[in-house]
Amino acid sequence: METLYAITTGVLTACGLYLTLRGRTFPVVVGLTLTSYAVNLFLFSMGGLTTDGATIVHGDGNYADPLPQALVLTAIVIGFAMTAFVVILAMRARSEAGNDHVDGKKEDRE
Amino acid sequence: MMQHLIVLPVIVPLVAGILLLYQRQGLIRYKRIVSILATLLTLATAVGLVNVAVQGEIVYYALGDWQPPFGIVLVLDRLSALMLLVTALLAIGAVIYACAGDDEKGSNFHGLFQWQLLGINGAFLTGDLFNLFVFFEVLLLASYALLLHGGGKARIQASVHYVVLNLAGSSLFLIAVGILYGATGTLNMADMAQRLASLPAERQGLVTAGALMLLVVFGLKAAIMPLYFWLPRAYAAAPAPVAALFAIMTKVGIYAILRVYTLLFSDNAGALSALEQPWVWWLALATLAVAGAGVIAARDLRLLVAYLVLISVGTLLAAVGIRTPAAISALLYYLIHTTLITGGLFLLADMIGQQRGKAGTRIVKGRPMVQGGGLALLFFIGAIAVIGMPPLSGAIGKALVLNAAEGTQRLWLWPLLLLASLASLIALSRAGSTMFWRSHRGSLSGSVLPRRQWFGVVWLLSAAPLLVALAGPISEYTQATAEQLANPQRLIDTLLPAAEEAS
Repeated sequence: METLYAITTGVLTACGLYLTLRGRTFPVVVGLTLTSYAVNLFLFSMGGLTTDGATIVHGDGNYADPLPQALVLTAIVIGFAMTAFVVILAMRARSEAGNDHVDGKKEDRE
Repeated sequence: MMQHLIVLPVIVPLVAGILLLYQRQGLIRYKRIVSILATLLTLATAVGLVNVAVQGEIVYYALGDWQPPFGIVLVLDRLSALMLLVTALLAIGAVIYACAGDDEKGSNFHGLFQWQLLGINGAFLTGDLFNLFVFFEVLLLASYALLLHGGGKARIQASVHYVVLNLAGSSLFLIAVGILYGATGTLNMADMAQRLASLPAERQGLVTAGALMLLVVFGLKAAIMPLYFWLPRAYAAAPAPVAALFAIMTKVGIYAILRVYTLLFSDNAGALSALEQPWVWWLALATLAVAGAGVIAARDLRLLVAYLVLISVGTLLAAVGIRTPAAISALLYYLIHTTLITGGLFLLADMIGQQRGKAGTRIVKGRPMVQGGGLALLFFIGAIAVIGMPPLSGAIGKALVLNAAEGTQRLWLWPLLLLASLASLIALSRAGSTMFWRSHRGSLSGSVLPRRQWFGVVWLLSAAPLLVALAGPISEYTQATAEQLANPQRLIDTLLPAAEEAS
């Protein structure tokens, strides 16, 4: 499971990074979203992956580390708000500048 | 009551921000009163907290009474108290300036302003690494909206870069926090420092990676050399009171570098101690060199001030790179000076732009200004202070930083810092003489500026003579702060007394 998990996170990060470096705002927003998914997965795995573990009830036995789950929840909420904001910003930039290039210049379009 | 004082710098702006949400526009008089009162209350709290911190005790506040290392704590030491006070002083000037009319150019200015204060104050107080991330996000989200306040093409373009870069930075922050949590099993900074001291050797690589990633994140906020490209455009495009408040934002990055690396990677951390030092030192020097060139090249007064912010970042980081208590003390003195003065200069540049009409803040000949005399006087005071010429505060700040460098460090720092100061001297005298002396033909331009704007600028620029007059007590305070930072064990013992008994 660890290998599959690591590969998934890695592929998501790589795709996110590639798209973030594109010149148009839409791929950049999608890239940022993919990166935040990858980050959430990564954070989740930081307490170690536990198979067949329960939540902490009495403090003994095989249980999953609850803290990364709380962190991921916070990160998801914040990431969601930021994505919503950046989408609106990209749309306003599109209407003000007349094109969707991140620098707002037409001649630089691919 | 006294024990709850620590949480007030977070609660007051939060509550004020919520109250100010009522109706997007309109009721502007009441909103101004609420906003100014909340900022004054924050200032009073900050003064109270400095009074607590000056006794040398480290106080912490466990939110929800969950004791460290499990709960989230707010920690008050001399450094965080000082930063709170500087923020509150800057905010007073900015908010009163905004009440002259800038707050009516868009919706919800005051609410967002208070939330930005909430984020900044929280970042200065928190003792938890993940909580630091949360407060960073709060202050960033407020700053995104404030940067867009009033709209316009330039602002939106600058915002796109600013937002995208900071979102990427937030992802890196989370990865770094995740790595550090994975390696040490805690998020409380004091607890983490303790565990790093007895870290198994095979995890050192992991911690190094996490720590240097954090440096990238804080470097992005502080605008270090390869990560500063968003700063000049964003600061030059932001509305004046927002740009003035942003003067503290780069210092949040510098504060975070100071806090995290002096606490986590102190002398106790063994092989990992001071791992950021070579990076910070050389990048600071590169920042100084680039900023010096930028100041000379700027053709717009607001861009010029933005590059002056960059010079101050380079100077502060160089002091972080030296890392001796003398350097940290010099850094803190210089930080107070540069935050308030560059904030004041952003406001002043906006006033000059308003009076010059069409010529705006571009450094070109224009028509003479109605209130040219007063503006020129303030510009002269601000310029002398920011360049670092005697008799104002910049001279003392820069001299302290220069004096803190030792041995070969002097060989690098002295020429670069002095050349950057020379560059700002040339650029500011050129800007001043073009705008005030060469612009003498034609009829007077501009209308009389509101008194609140004058108050805002004078409030911030009066820091320059005051910092000189009070240099004795202030440098005593900063020296004690530097010593406190050099002995992080005190903070760890305060937060985790049980661990002390066990060992």
